[in-house]
Amino acid sequence: MELKMETRQLNLFYGGFQALRDVNLQIKPREITAIIGPSGCGKSTLLRCLNRMNELIRNVRTTGQILLDGRDIHDQAMELTSLRRRVGMVFQRPNPFPLSVFDNVAYGPRVHGTTDGAKLQAIVENALRATDLWNELKDRRNSPALALSPEQQQRLCISRLVAVEPEVLLMDEPCSALDPIATARVEELMRELAHSYAIVIVTHNMQQAARVSSETVFMLLGDLVEAGRTARIFENPRDKRTEEYISGRYG
Amino acid sequence: MSAHLAREIEALKQRMLHLCAIVEENLHKAVKAIELRDAAMAEEVVRKDVEIDDIEVETEEECLKILALYQPVAKDLRFIVAILKINNDLERIGDLSVNIAKQVCHLAMATKVAFPSELWDMTDKTRAMLKGSLDSLINLDPELARQVCVADKEVDALNKQVIEQAKEKMEGATPEHLDALIRMISVARHLERIGDHATNIAEDIFYMINGEIVRHKLSKKSLPPAG
Repeated sequence: MELKMETRQLNLFYGGFQALRDVNLQIKPREITAIIGPSGCGKSTLLRCLNRMNELIRNVRTTGQILLDGRDIHDQAMELTSLRRRVGMVFQRPNPFPLSVFDNVAYGPRVHGTTDGAKLQAIVENALRATDLWNELKDRRNSPALALSPEQQQRLCISRLVAVEPEVLLMDEPCSALDPIATARVEELMRELAHSYAIVIVTHNMQQAARVSSETVFMLLGDLVEAGRTARIFENPRDKRTEEYISGRYG
Repeated sequence: MSAHLAREIEALKQRMLHLCAIVEENLHKAVKAIELRDAAMAEEVVRKDVEIDDIEVETEEECLKILALYQPVAKDLRFIVAILKINNDLERIGDLSVNIAKQVCHLAMATKVAFPSELWDMTDKTRAMLKGSLDSLINLDPELARQVCVADKEVDALNKQVIEQAKEKMEGATPEHLDALIRMISVARHLERIGDHATNIAEDIFYMINGEIVRHKLSKKSLPPAG
């Protein structure tokens, strides 16, 4: 199977501290890959590498390759705005802009040059439908996004990504601010979206990784310890460190 | 693993060891009762089986509780799943021991018919298989488990020999004698089934340790038979 994204011998340094060590990560298209590991293992750092978010931090240096459809994302020819459109990020806390629901979703397409009103209307509707928000919010499109519930805000943030037709969705603890029912809805949404996109989720919640992902990656102290099919990792992990972590014996 | 889960698993292990000990003892008594034509001992086996049934239900409830409350993964998950299955096999072995014991009540009254040495070989081997499977559970020893699976073939072969011998003796036998021979075949069949359950237990232990489902595969691997 062709990989959607891949890192090869990826190393990352925050100044003198090495946060990732020779990481070889493989992301399959139209599947959910969960990255698990204890705090400070480098999972969020690895996620942020995939759309070059780490470059916003000072003193960060990386070596190795990150490929999107086989092309290095650090290539001169790969524009950063185009990369971030293709590889979008959902954050831990929902972060809608202080704008209306409509303007939040239309923001990306506008930045990328869509000005036609009817076209924007259609994009917004599709994006809201994709996250199952359309029926809830179609009459409140002009309401402020910040007035929505946390779950709706998070789904709106996902709609905002969907509107620019991404290829990969990166999710950093997307449900940690949500209650169990809202979490279940967002997980269901992730499964739906996985029919169209590759999804990479970083989560502290191992049950969530087991529930939603088809591939699981376990990281520890900057190393990618083990990767494989989720059912196999949770039933019969090969590495003792994975076994200890997922069964709660670590630390 | 949380301390709670560790405690639950340890308690489950102890309960399982207790069940193993009773099942093994009951099979031993059932076979001994046949050998000695001891109806009183057979009665004891039947009575003790009630306790086995109770522990089986309690063990299953414990496993379900642990699955529901702790969602164990990796080796904890494999342990619970294996225990659920082993529990069931042990209860079946208990029932088969009762079936064997029940034959004694008839045999005790029947004319003394000499049983072939193969039947006693079979009882020894079946008991050794059960012991081997339980030892492999206690010591988490996959090699012991593998030997149990290999030994099942020998028990099957002995069972066939017992049936052949019985068939030969049936010619010209008195009705009373015939009844004893049919009961002997029945005992052999129960022993053979116990061997199968011991094999199931061994396979589940192999899974518990290695995470590999070896059912239908293990006995085919070329390994020395169990001592």
